[in-house]
Amino acid sequence: MGHQLLRAIIDGVLAGGVYALMAVGLTLIFGVLDIINIAQGILVILAAYLSYLLSVHLHLDLFLGLLVTTPVMFGIGVVIQVLFMRRLRGRERTSMSLLASYAVLIIIEGILYLSFGPDYVTLNAWYVNQSLHVLGFYLPYIYLFGFALAVIMVAALYLLLYRSRFGQSLRATMQDRTAARLIGIDINRVAALAFGIGVGVTAAGGVAFGATNAFNANSGYDLISRLLAIIILGGMGSIGGALAAAIMMGTVEAVVDIWSPTWSVAVFYLALVLVLTFRPQGLFGQREARAQ
Amino acid sequence: MTSLPARGKGLVAPGPIVAAALLLAGLIFPLVITNETATQIAVDTLLFVAAAVAWNLFSGFTGYISLGHAVFFGTGAYTVGIAAQDWHVTGDLEFALLPLAGLAAGLVAVPFGLIALRVRRHTFVVVTIAIFFIFQLMAFNFSFTGGSVGIPAPFLTWAPETYNNPFYYMAFALAAGVALLAWLIYHSRFGLQLRAIRDDEDRARGLGVRAMRVKLTAFVISGVVTGLVGALWFFFIAQVLPQYGFDPIFDLTIALMAFIGGFGTLWGPILGALALEPVEQVLTLRLSNSYASELIWGTLFLLVILFLSRGVLPIAGEKLTAWRARRERRLAGEGPPPGPAPPRGVAPTAASTPADTPRPDAAEQAGSPAGPGPAGAG
Repeated sequence: MGHQLLRAIIDGVLAGGVYALMAVGLTLIFGVLDIINIAQGILVILAAYLSYLLSVHLHLDLFLGLLVTTPVMFGIGVVIQVLFMRRLRGRERTSMSLLASYAVLIIIEGILYLSFGPDYVTLNAWYVNQSLHVLGFYLPYIYLFGFALAVIMVAALYLLLYRSRFGQSLRATMQDRTAARLIGIDINRVAALAFGIGVGVTAAGGVAFGATNAFNANSGYDLISRLLAIIILGGMGSIGGALAAAIMMGTVEAVVDIWSPTWSVAVFYLALVLVLTFRPQGLFGQREARAQ
Repeated sequence: MTSLPARGKGLVAPGPIVAAALLLAGLIFPLVITNETATQIAVDTLLFVAAAVAWNLFSGFTGYISLGHAVFFGTGAYTVGIAAQDWHVTGDLEFALLPLAGLAAGLVAVPFGLIALRVRRHTFVVVTIAIFFIFQLMAFNFSFTGGSVGIPAPFLTWAPETYNNPFYYMAFALAAGVALLAWLIYHSRFGLQLRAIRDDEDRARGLGVRAMRVKLTAFVISGVVTGLVGALWFFFIAQVLPQYGFDPIFDLTIALMAFIGGFGTLWGPILGALALEPVEQVLTLRLSNSYASELIWGTLFLLVILFLSRGVLPIAGEKLTAWRARRERRLAGEGPPPGPAPPRGVAPTAASTPADTPRPDAAEQAGSPAGPGPAGAG
């Protein structure tokens, strides 16, 4: 029992790391632009399909393929921001952005269905089906690699945000748009780059998700509902909160999974509802300012 | 300020004549058009009119955009389905179960609202989405919901050529009833309180509006109606599957209908549903490929959000008042200035008219919180 529980916790933390990566992108976009990118889930699936194409047709290794897919996803993010999100104005901007990105979701879903059909696929490589045997635990390589990738990417994101000039202007924009503009920060550029980075991390998320789950164009809904739950739980716009909530979610899910696989996801959502009842702003979120 | 009542009467509420004409047209529709495909599209459209008006009654009036109304839709559908199955209800008797659907949806709306309405704006939207997914998950996983197989409706022994007509009139009655309810609420003190919350919740609260109670009441009313729509839809389709009972596209569609017609107006959701649902149905029927219709639907949706987000009605209203103002100025003998740009900027009379007409929100903002204030504080 103890062994099983420990195993579940390790699995949960590893899986949570992968979700953390995708959720950090989502919360970064929200923090900087006040936009909730509902399309994040389907973008992960899009990235997974890109990796699938690269590995099937060009026999490119999944992780090596990231060198291609990450810039592509970054570009898609910038295009979405410049073409659609930037046009939204007025006091319902955040809500409108939600609807606009929902529309983007439907469009991408339609394109994916048209190009790949409804059949489920998985990403394959030698490390997908093999495990590392340590201290009596079998740790699938793909989870280890995915977790390591997540750690590297989050660390890189941290360096970018807190140790670079761009990160400084980005955080300034997060704190106060108007003031940031007054001191000469090009808000439009920061916004486009932030959206691009937030979407760019879905490339790595797509590899990790696609190698551990069978997916089709419909899988985006399941993903986005989890990601949304993670960022609300962590507190919207809080990067540390997203990390903590993702790990928590992975662990809760894996532990409940021991008893009842069908209900493991529901328990997490239930925890979310409980947290919201007592702390509407999430675990690490700031209290909402007076509504404009 | 003087032009506002005229705009309100002329466009936001086209008044009894248009309403009566629509009612009459709606009543005789199945008598004139007997094509089964057409009446089927009409039933779907009326169901969406009811759902969009119900959604707007909460989201449009309060400004809290809910993307979780499919919860009520699915709850209504599943409630009557499970009740009919367990109590062995057959044939026409199934319609006696309709009140149960409203009741169940209302019962779900109370805790849902108590949790979700504690947060505002975008966080509210996200929480409604999360709660929606919990319900979809439950529908898939509980044994009494039939899992992924869903639940069939009792079989109706009606003649196929007139099968749609009773559904048509029930959907019509529901749509007309909700529209009337929305009209009554809009013009009541309760409706004023809802709009005060939309414009500035904290100030409304400060003026004595019991915000939580008011929001929750609207949410429950909206939920009950959506539950009834779900139950009727279930009887009409004769089956419910989890992915269609709890369908994210449903949430989006009713929101889109309200937005395209005019968010928060009385006629907006009606017009939006009447315009969009037939298009959607025809798209689905014509294109055998449902993915292509999804693609077109998404693109249409995006275009509406980007270019018509304030709604056809409000935009048309502004255009009309601007045009009226120009005409009045012309009739007053000023005539169109020969060099339009420079004098308009200087002349205070000419500049003031277009400046205050396109901003109905501002006038409302100033007016509405004062309305419920004294009454609520007493």
